[in-house]
Amino acid sequence: MKSVSASPHTVRLPQLRFSSMTLRPRLPLATLGPLLALLAACTFFATQSDRFLSGGNLSLVLQQVMVVGVIAIGQTLVILTAGIDLSCGMVMALGGIVMSKFATELGLPPALAIACGLGVTALFGLLNGLLVTKVRLPSFIVTLGTMNIAFAITQLYSGSQTVTDLPPLLTSLGNTFALGGTQIAFGTVLMLALYGLVWFALRETAAGRHVYAVGNNREATRLTGISPDRVLLGVYVLAGVFYGIASLLSVSRTGVGDPNAGQTENLDAITAVVLGGTSLFGGRGWIVGSLIGALIVGVFRNGLTLMGVSSIYQILVTGVLVILAVATDQISHRTSR
Amino acid sequence: MNTIQPLVMQARGLVKRYGQVTALDGADFELRAGEILAVIGDNGAGKSSLIKALSGAIVPDEGEILLDGSPVHFRSPSDARRAGIETVYQELAVAPAMTIAENLFLGRELRRAGFFGRFLGLLDKPRMLSESIKHMSDLKIGIRSMTQPVETLSGGQRQGVAVARSAAFAKHVVIMDEPTAALGVKEGNMVLDLIRRVRDKGLPVVLISHNMPHVFEVADRIHIARLGKRAAVVNPKKIGMSDTVAVMTGAMRPEDIPAECLAH
Repeated sequence: MKSVSASPHTVRLPQLRFSSMTLRPRLPLATLGPLLALLAACTFFATQSDRFLSGGNLSLVLQQVMVVGVIAIGQTLVILTAGIDLSCGMVMALGGIVMSKFATELGLPPALAIACGLGVTALFGLLNGLLVTKVRLPSFIVTLGTMNIAFAITQLYSGSQTVTDLPPLLTSLGNTFALGGTQIAFGTVLMLALYGLVWFALRETAAGRHVYAVGNNREATRLTGISPDRVLLGVYVLAGVFYGIASLLSVSRTGVGDPNAGQTENLDAITAVVLGGTSLFGGRGWIVGSLIGALIVGVFRNGLTLMGVSSIYQILVTGVLVILAVATDQISHRTSR
Repeated sequence: MNTIQPLVMQARGLVKRYGQVTALDGADFELRAGEILAVIGDNGAGKSSLIKALSGAIVPDEGEILLDGSPVHFRSPSDARRAGIETVYQELAVAPAMTIAENLFLGRELRRAGFFGRFLGLLDKPRMLSESIKHMSDLKIGIRSMTQPVETLSGGQRQGVAVARSAAFAKHVVIMDEPTAALGVKEGNMVLDLIRRVRDKGLPVVLISHNMPHVFEVADRIHIARLGKRAAVVNPKKIGMSDTVAVMTGAMRPEDIPAECLAH
């Protein structure tokens, strides 16, 4: 534990306090579990590699986490409504390609190119939302389809080529500043700010509570006069916007527009949300849990790399993690009935 | 009731057709102030179509609905709700993982005063909490904490939350659609007590139920629906359960009900 307290992990201490103030006194394990898992993972990797707790490495973890972390915000909103978004990573990749191609080939001002990228990801969110609400298709199928559509468009539009020579604005969020021996990216700060904003909105606004209500009992919500379709549409569009912000973070981190981005992030984001304790059955969850979940995924990937474990095994571990998390969710759901 | 109370809600000649099927065939309805009116009927008697018309869930093809003497036209349940008619549904229509206070105010959240409430939609949680305590204690629902999730409550207590929500926001009428159907005996009796308390608060209650003992226990008058019409309105203190069921099923003609058993 002592090794952890000096790191940026101290940031999470206030969040523990918030959990006891929420209106839903869930099982302490449900909120404490992810945090303990994160601490356990950190402790384990600290014993396995001397470099794990170094300032440089932790800064790397945080930079890797910012993309998954921001996608996980959108994913959390969708899962809270009892849906799932399998298109998140591919939509993010498309957003990155649009931003970088528009800024270079089309020569648009960088800010406008970023706005266009956000517009495209929001549009995909709108498409998902319309198919889920108006055509009444299950979100699983809808987003499985849009995942492939977004992937194909990304490949076609980019010619499967990486976009380079980006204007500085597109990579500015990857710039770092020094903080207590580590380098913190501006993107990480943006991610934390977004988590704070969404945490507050979900807790303190009527719209935020309606997201939970729709996930809890859609029919009961409709009977109270709330339009579940409007809530769902808003959630999917907003999720698209978060994927778009993640596009910018991804472009910033790698310095290029990468048509093959988002492939690990797709499942990683879902894993992060479920590890964070948000129920796939909808209506229960905690946005800050998703941040912890994203950190767990990031720590696993980073720690396994440091230990020299090949990336195939990392994929295997992520697969096991997500099944463990979903199994825990399923069991706690059954016992709470 | 000794003196005849004024009419709160009234329907005349309601007709509702679904293709070849006539669900309502000129149905009348009268609800008086301060009463519990039970609505009973066999399957297909037009009972649920009548209730849906009164609660705005369907729009009748013909006929009129009067609320406090003036005609109303509900195009949606929200219209009826705005007119002061609240409905409690058979299925427990609550959000289980949300707190009692949140459920009571779901869709009608109190917002903070000023800019933050109006433009950012920030909730006034302290006021919602204190008003929930008031609404729940009005109906003598003994629940310790308004911040506990509804899923920690028993079925009867959950229905209590739904009843309290309706009673808190209804200005004219509370409609309860099979509120005890999903509950056990003890829980059902608890909800019957609640229904009486809602009436005693001054809100007339329309109770739809298949459960004859429950109907006879709480109803002041019983509206018997049959073949899309109102067959009769009877007084449960004068008529027996078997005669009531006989009228409902058609084994007894409404004209054969002794005059003293009818309610006005």
